[in-house]
Amino acid sequence: MSGPSLMDSLFQRSLEDLIKGLRQQLIGEQAFISKSLEEIRKEIKSTDLSTKSTALLKLSYLSNLHFQDMSFAAFPALEVLSSPRFSHKKIAYHAISLSFHDSTPVLLLITNHLRKDLNSTNEFEVSLSLQCLSRIANVDLARDLTPEVFTLLSSNKLYVRKRAVAVVLRVFEKYPDSVRVCFKRLVENLENSDPQVLSAVVGVFSELACKDPRSYLPLAPEFYKILVDSKNNWISIKVLKIFSKLAPLEPRLAKRVVEPICDLMRNTGAKSLLFECIRTVVTSLSENESAVRLAVGKVREFLEDEDPNLKYLGLQALRIVAEKHLWAVSENKEVVIKSLSDADPNIKIESLRLVMAMVSEHNVSEISRVLVNYAIKSDPVFCNEILGSILSTCSRNLYEIVVDFDWYVSLLGEMSRIPHCQMGDEIENQLIDIGLRVKDVRPELVRVARDLLIDPALLGNSFLHGVLSAAAWASGEYVEFSRNPLELMEALLQPRTSLLPPPIRAIYIQSAFKVLVFCLHTCFMRGKSIAPSASLDNLPAGVSASASYESFDDFSVENGADVAVVHGQTCASAPITKESIVNILNMVELALGPLLGSHDVEVHERARNLLGFVDLTKPEILNSSIHENRDSEGKRVETSKIIKLMHDAFSKELGPVSSSAQGKVSLPDGLVLKENLGDLEMICGDIEPPSSNSFSFGSPYEEEKEGLSFSNLQIRDDNEQSNESTSLLAAHRKRHGLYYLSSGKSEMISNDYPPASDHTLQGDINDNADDLVKLTAESLIPKRKPKHGKPRPVVVKLDEVDEKPVAMKQPESRDDSLSGAVRDVLFGSEDIPPTSSQSNLSNSSKRKGKEKQHTDPHSKESAVGDGNSSSRRRKDRSQGKERRRKSPRKNDEERKDADQKEKKKSSGGRHKSRQRAEEPLKVPAQTPVIPDFLL
Amino acid sequence: MIKAVMVMNTQGKTRLAKFYEYLPVEKQQELLRGVFAVLCSRAENVSNFIDAESIFGPDSRLVYKHFATLYFVFVFDSSENELAVLDLIQVFVETLDRCFKNVCELDVVFNYSKVHTILDEMIFGGQVVETSSSEIMKAVEEISKLEAASNAITLIPKSASGWRSR
Repeated sequence: MSGPSLMDSLFQRSLEDLIKGLRQQLIGEQAFISKSLEEIRKEIKSTDLSTKSTALLKLSYLSNLHFQDMSFAAFPALEVLSSPRFSHKKIAYHAISLSFHDSTPVLLLITNHLRKDLNSTNEFEVSLSLQCLSRIANVDLARDLTPEVFTLLSSNKLYVRKRAVAVVLRVFEKYPDSVRVCFKRLVENLENSDPQVLSAVVGVFSELACKDPRSYLPLAPEFYKILVDSKNNWISIKVLKIFSKLAPLEPRLAKRVVEPICDLMRNTGAKSLLFECIRTVVTSLSENESAVRLAVGKVREFLEDEDPNLKYLGLQALRIVAEKHLWAVSENKEVVIKSLSDADPNIKIESLRLVMAMVSEHNVSEISRVLVNYAIKSDPVFCNEILGSILSTCSRNLYEIVVDFDWYVSLLGEMSRIPHCQMGDEIENQLIDIGLRVKDVRPELVRVARDLLIDPALLGNSFLHGVLSAAAWASGEYVEFSRNPLELMEALLQPRTSLLPPPIRAIYIQSAFKVLVFCLHTCFMRGKSIAPSASLDNLPAGVSASASYESFDDFSVENGADVAVVHGQTCASAPITKESIVNILNMVELALGPLLGSHDVEVHERARNLLGFVDLTKPEILNSSIHENRDSEGKRVETSKIIKLMHDAFSKELGPVSSSAQGKVSLPDGLVLKENLGDLEMICGDIEPPSSNSFSFGSPYEEEKEGLSFSNLQIRDDNEQSNESTSLLAAHRKRHGLYYLSSGKSEMISNDYPPASDHTLQGDINDNADDLVKLTAESLIPKRKPKHGKPRPVVVKLDEVDEKPVAMKQPESRDDSLSGAVRDVLFGSEDIPPTSSQSNLSNSSKRKGKEKQHTDPHSKESAVGDGNSSSRRRKDRSQGKERRRKSPRKNDEERKDADQKEKKKSSGGRHKSRQRAEEPLKVPAQTPVIPDFLL
Repeated sequence: MIKAVMVMNTQGKTRLAKFYEYLPVEKQQELLRGVFAVLCSRAENVSNFIDAESIFGPDSRLVYKHFATLYFVFVFDSSENELAVLDLIQVFVETLDRCFKNVCELDVVFNYSKVHTILDEMIFGGQVVETSSSEIMKAVEEISKLEAASNAITLIPKSASGWRSR
């Protein structure tokens, strides 16, 4: 066996050979690596430790820099670790820390090796072992090696001691019970004069405090001392980190540390320390006005610095300040805005965020203007970053900051024309959303939509298809505001629409349908203006027979009148004549004819619908144009009935529907949703009105427009009965709105739009009344700001959207066993006395003056001690006390408590008694320390 | 806490990778690629920060420095100070420079173990334990001596025994 091993070791490639070979290989890197791996697999089986270790080193190299799996070498690594030679150990430790993890099977075998090296006299061996432990320790390793670590914490070799301190972090994390053993020694190291050790301890505490700051409050005096005395910037930074976690928990502590921090800020020359001071002040001491002023002054220096790093950090700090002190941003406005054109993308984005923080309803339009101009000039990524932040800021809280919606809608249109714009989907959503919610903006919306639609160039940009679909929808839905429907029709049917994806094409066709119906309706109404009301009243009974329809009847009459008013302008700008109608009909046939063969179901169906409608009406129109209103009066009436019917179907208001609306509909009795739908036909047959001809047109669109499912039909049926009374109520409410309670929503109602609110009101009642916010008329007028020339239009809000689930993430106070253990050690001694001391306090009138000091720590303790096993007794008694904990966590807690209790029973008996023995000594020593310091 | 230290060249080849939490090699490779993709797109003379949260998840920051053909990248969380870590990179590079006399990429390539030793002297389990480059040098030299000694002592007997057994 020794023969081959000798050959191996003589001819084995060293790591250097491997690296050289890799650089000079001609067979391709991967091939070379797999060849080397083969060699290594052989060599690593060698009994010669030198050969083995070299193989292991090569493998580590390939794993580290060429990402090869080395899990197969776990056991050989342990073998090499057992070598007495330092160089072998080092290789083994390196390999182990690269490849071992919690589920490595041989992990448990390493304990003794580690222990041996931890006890070694050679500091470098100890260091290797500690380093390895800090990387791979799991519960078992941490538990088994706690005694060794404990010993090393007071090693007189600084080189070892600081590493032992650092490894404690991992040991605590993995095995919280080790806190009981090691914590005291760790704290003792806080008083070490050696900056290296001190730096390590403070580092450990800053990590610990990050996870659960409250447990370390009692150590504040020690940290304070370090903060004041330290000459080492590294240590100061870490202590500041600790204080930034502690200060928010204890206002008196915050007051106390402000001065030293400000002194540091004034005197230090190190930018890193200065920045840490600034960050501490702006995050944790932001109540202290003068400190914040000083910090902002320093931030300004950062902002004006040449170094992009400082500038970036300055902007970051400013963003933190902005949450509470917006003035700081306004003071530095010029720099911030200038930074928008900085070469550094980080700085640009940071300044963009700051600019957005400054936005309010007074300046939103100016700022957006500036930003859009920047967007046009900047690179695609940043351009979209800008657009995205404008969109999200303006739409926040239902367009809270937008007052002038006309402006905003045209801005949206403008934004979508920016060459790099990729925010089409968001713009699409907002266009539709605003259209639904804000009635006053619809004319402008239609204008913007028209501008987008008639531009054939936009159809080629796939990022804009979403915007175009929204534009098409808006122009169809609100066609009555259009100045020139004919033009709109042409835009919707232009040949380049073939570039659109089928779903959007379907929307185009549907919108064209709406526009067409509108044109025909306008034309006919004008023709028959002799007695329009008569014709309206004449509406065939067949139409209203559709159950869902009836309830809207009166409303549509009103709407009809409404539209008629609008017609005045419409016809003035572009008179709809018979010829133009005929032209349109021809155009529809020409454009949509080919689509009847479309493979997309949606497109196909919409095209078929529209063409069917054209087929139905066209002959009559042609006829009537020849016979001039005389002959076929009867037939005309029928056509106009159809048109009227279609028009009414489309003119119904679409309201926003909350996403949870469906859930609010209670299931009516006798409706079994999971039933086989085979019976549906029968039921529908019953419902269907005799004039199935007209219904076949009315029903599908009607349903679609309502966005309601079948089950809602029934609801509306129910509502119908109560309709009369509710409408009476509504009328009364409208008239005497002042005396009605406002519905509580911050709704702004424009008073000068009575039909609007009335209209919505009606719609609401007919709809699921719970869904839409009840609009109150006059009650909120005083809220409107007189500043704006134009009153902010109504924004319809839904219950659900209004009370958005508050995205407040409760910082999960980690009540885990680690902090529990730490509290145990720090508070443990005080835990039992408080019950007695409390009674003491209430009994003795002497200490009353001091009571105030004590109440705070105590109430704090009660929160602190909750998850703590040794505080159980007090917890049980303090049931009446206010609990900060939330109930759902209780179970968890209790379970944990029980767990800990059990653990304690088995293992901690000795400890408990020791603790109790220490109590009398510690209580007087420690309790006064905190309050004295804090006051 | 420092999460990772990486050194890579301007071609994207990894020259050093150290993760202070266990990660499977595939994940390491992915992260390194992600970092390089951002690094190589950045201009000269811009700030030394990168938005790391998109690559490393929440609460992570990244600073880097560009020396000649190498990027030195440190990834850490909110308990470190950005500027201090930048200084730390400086210390690391200075130490390499002292150790190899005008360090260049090739030194890092061929001295895999030594570079790791230097880094391990500075950063221990994600925590900075030494910031003075002369202290680091002292320790590294000690360790090298120890390694050489442990090899030298046993080299002769081993080969001798090898010959004898033949």
